[in-house]
Amino acid sequence: MYIINFTPIPAFLGGSLIGLAVAIFFVFNGRLIGVSGIASNFLTSKDNRFDNFLFLVGLIIGPIIYKIFSQQEINISISNSFYLLAVAGLLVGVGTKIGGGCTSGHGISGIGRLSLRSIVATATFMIVAILTFYLERLL
Amino acid sequence: MSKIISLLCGIIFGIGLTVSQMINPAKILGFFKIFGYWDPSLIFVIIGALIISSPFFHLFKNNNKPIFSEKFSYSQNKEINKKLIIGSSLFGAGWGLAGLCPGPAIASLALLNINSAIFVVAMFFGFYLVKLSEPTTQAR
Repeated sequence: MYIINFTPIPAFLGGSLIGLAVAIFFVFNGRLIGVSGIASNFLTSKDNRFDNFLFLVGLIIGPIIYKIFSQQEINISISNSFYLLAVAGLLVGVGTKIGGGCTSGHGISGIGRLSLRSIVATATFMIVAILTFYLERLL
Repeated sequence: MSKIISLLCGIIFGIGLTVSQMINPAKILGFFKIFGYWDPSLIFVIIGALIISSPFFHLFKNNNKPIFSEKFSYSQNKEINKKLIIGSSLFGAGWGLAGLCPGPAIASLALLNINSAIFVVAMFFGFYLVKLSEPTTQAR
């Protein structure tokens, strides 16, 4: 194993901001941030629909605000295969809805509360993601 | 007031994903490449998030009510069952294929990237399919 492209300081600072958002949402609104839950409930449930909508709007505004204040371009590298993106998106949507959470809901909010259920979920999706990553490159 | 908090939290979360570069699927795929040239950054993101957020869960869990809402409302589900494992496995498979999970996928719509949009539309279709088949499921 070799370490490459490791950016511990921005990762830690960005992670701290994510943690701050989770803490504020909990203390003020009494809810836990899980992006899959907020997004899917926005689509399928009337409860807190406008709150969920505003959170998702904020999620999209965030990178724009960062870009304006930092004067830096945000570069991302993403697959351009329609089929891969469609299949991956479908798996993520179905999987997080059935499994009750994603990286933020189980991985941060759940583990932060020391929920064994979330620890098991996080270990499962991490391991399957790594296996899938390698499998896709073999096929 | 809860509406302003929701918007604010979305913004802070989106900035956090950008600062940490988790908005970039290539960083996530670099994390999955654990047996080759590995980028462990994601671990530092999760550690940072946990250090800041987890004290609040423990400090406030015995409080009667949150500041701008009537009550704390989040999943009390403790069940470790087939549904949790199957769902998390399907999610992991999708995450491993594209390097996108729900937060970064939605945040990256800010970059007007058509590929992010394809993923997000498929993801919402996935939420809808599960909702159709089991109307009582609550994700978070």
